[in-house]
Amino acid sequence: MQTNFGRSRRALLAATLAATIAAGTVACSDDKGGDAGGDVTLVLNTFGGGAAFAYDDVIPEFEAANPGIKVDYRIVSERFDDQFRPQLLQWLEAGSGAGDVVGIEEQGIGELMALPEYWTDLAQYGLDARKSDFPEWKWNLGLDADGKLAALGTDVGGMAMCYRKDLFEKAGLPTDRDEVSALWPTWDEFTKIGESFKGKAGDAKFIDSPNTIYNVRMIQEAGVADGLTYFDKQGGYVLDKTPAVKTSFDYVMELQNKGLLAGLRNWSDEWNAGMRSGGFATIGCPSWMLGVIQGNSGEENKGNWDVAAVPGGSGNWGGSWLGVPTQSEHPEEAAKLVEFLTNKQGQIGAFKKGGNFPSSVSGSTDPEVKTAANAYFSEAPTGEIFGNSVASFKPVYFGKYHSAVRAVVEEVILGIVEGTYTQAEGWDEFTKQGKQVVDEMGG
Amino acid sequence: MTTAAPPVPAVPKPARSRLLRFEQRGMPYALISPYFLLFAVFGLFPLGFTLWVSLHRWRLAGEKEWVGFDNYAFLLTNERFWNATGNTLGIFVMSTIPQLLLALAIASALNKRMRFRLAIRLGILLPMVTSVVAVAVVFSHLYGTEFGLFNWLLNLVGVDNINWRADKLPSWFAISSMIDWRWTGYNAIIFLAAMQTIPRDLYEAAAIDGASPRRQFWQITVPQLRPIIIFTVFVSTMGGLTLFAEPTMFGSGLYGGGTAGQFQTVAMYIVQAFRQRNNYGLAAAAAWLLFLMILIVALINYLFVNRIRGSR
Repeated sequence: MQTNFGRSRRALLAATLAATIAAGTVACSDDKGGDAGGDVTLVLNTFGGGAAFAYDDVIPEFEAANPGIKVDYRIVSERFDDQFRPQLLQWLEAGSGAGDVVGIEEQGIGELMALPEYWTDLAQYGLDARKSDFPEWKWNLGLDADGKLAALGTDVGGMAMCYRKDLFEKAGLPTDRDEVSALWPTWDEFTKIGESFKGKAGDAKFIDSPNTIYNVRMIQEAGVADGLTYFDKQGGYVLDKTPAVKTSFDYVMELQNKGLLAGLRNWSDEWNAGMRSGGFATIGCPSWMLGVIQGNSGEENKGNWDVAAVPGGSGNWGGSWLGVPTQSEHPEEAAKLVEFLTNKQGQIGAFKKGGNFPSSVSGSTDPEVKTAANAYFSEAPTGEIFGNSVASFKPVYFGKYHSAVRAVVEEVILGIVEGTYTQAEGWDEFTKQGKQVVDEMGG
Repeated sequence: MTTAAPPVPAVPKPARSRLLRFEQRGMPYALISPYFLLFAVFGLFPLGFTLWVSLHRWRLAGEKEWVGFDNYAFLLTNERFWNATGNTLGIFVMSTIPQLLLALAIASALNKRMRFRLAIRLGILLPMVTSVVAVAVVFSHLYGTEFGLFNWLLNLVGVDNINWRADKLPSWFAISSMIDWRWTGYNAIIFLAAMQTIPRDLYEAAAIDGASPRRQFWQITVPQLRPIIIFTVFVSTMGGLTLFAEPTMFGSGLYGGGTAGQFQTVAMYIVQAFRQRNNYGLAAAAAWLLFLMILIVALINYLFVNRIRGSR
């Protein structure tokens, strides 16, 4: 009886494990490996809303150029941070399911590059030759903790300043984009324009939300300085010591005190509605924000929006990378796919399909990208504007826990603006809550 | 088993007798075993495994290191965990007490003779069939600061806009209203079913003695419903303390529960710990503390509700 019981218990355990594993991998285990004709099928796991990585047109081009390789292009989930990232960690831990090529968003690049044992060294397939084609900061973020080349850049956000021409006109400001760009070469001048705007265009505020402007300024300041934001390169928590963070935090407080912020939460209904109804006059604009503004503002605002340069000139928000997990059974072919999707042809294909701005130098300076204009935004030469913002951008380092800390400290900024915290206790709360996240992550 | 057994031979063969004995003694166990097997796989095993994980520093694609009770010690001294615990209990009290009292009142009203009784009884259950996410999405719009219906109504009577998400009490109130909208009808129907089993002659005797309807309700209906009230309190305790969907949707799908965690519940804390912080050890420890908390609160509720007595 005793041994029987032991055996059945073990069998039960085995069955449970088998069921768990089957459930975890059933979605991805069926079509790996070669087909009958010796073909290799590569699984490309990505994420994102709308066009996502926008590879629908370039993958057939890759397949045509590489007979014998097929690509199974998947958009696994809409959001990266709380959907795709945990899923990817699960795949890496389980040792299967991640496929051959995976997309990694800026928010998670620090965390995933801190796990070097899971990434194939792409230099062994010659991809290190691509180094000169990328801005230094984009290239460096794709190096893992051991310093090996683990991921190559796809697109970048870049940075510009979108503004409402109709509100600017009401406030007696120039509306031509070159004149507007000339109004605010620095952030101090941006603030001054805000003050002269205030009260002249009805209830409209000058800036959309505390966190858009905080992010735009913080990343730019970090780039100009040593590239550090919340963590140093040894993984130490330095949020409270980084000048870029403090400068940007204080700047948001200054804007709040001067009454220039609409004080909305990014992505909230009120924020969306504000774009349509003219609740604010400016919004920090990475390239992907153009689509967000267009979608929220609707046809009736076509021509009301325009794009100017961002104060300080440079900036970036967002963008992704492609890496090859070590669990891939076809790393050589996978590296070929990464090479193709991140080169000029692949990046321009994605740009044409989904507007994803090329991160490579050859891609972003190609005439087709450089002369691109956006009809909705009064024919603004977006290709040139975003290209310039990225070319002069300086490297920024993201720590292992960057995105978790970021999520929490941005809530504190919003809390100060909404009145949950006073400004006096704001900075202490800001640094303390960030530290708490680090503790919760396990130090 | 009650299958017609053949007459037992005077001297049964050993094998046959053993089979018979198994049928008499073992069969009941065999028949109820599927439940226990499923429970073992989907209940007991996860429970035990969670306990095991909670004693480790456990990260996906990372270390799995024995740390003893460190995760528990961390939680018990963690401001954010206590904040989540306070929110959970606060929302629980704020939603459950009015919910059960209202359900009792509705059940009592539905127990009277009235027109369209069946339609009304069915109507009260309707909120149950809507998806919880749909409820939360609609309510989240109704509680919008700038364009929400409730603030518009408040403006009509001269009250300024309330930012329902900025502070604890307004956000708890908003979340409690979602819970109550969905669950009051369910409890009312359970109460109603129980009320219909109370013998009529109790009321008749009380009426002859001159007891008012109000007195009949408190001294006959409520004491007679005691087991059912205990049941609904237990179910509400379990549901209320594991609250997740409503506050998450109310906070735009984020697990943080507002700018300062004003409405982050323990369940949201757990999900945040493993999905956003990739700290499975901490999440598992928090899950066990939540389990203990439910046991304690259920016990307190039981002792409390058990004091309901009939007329003395």
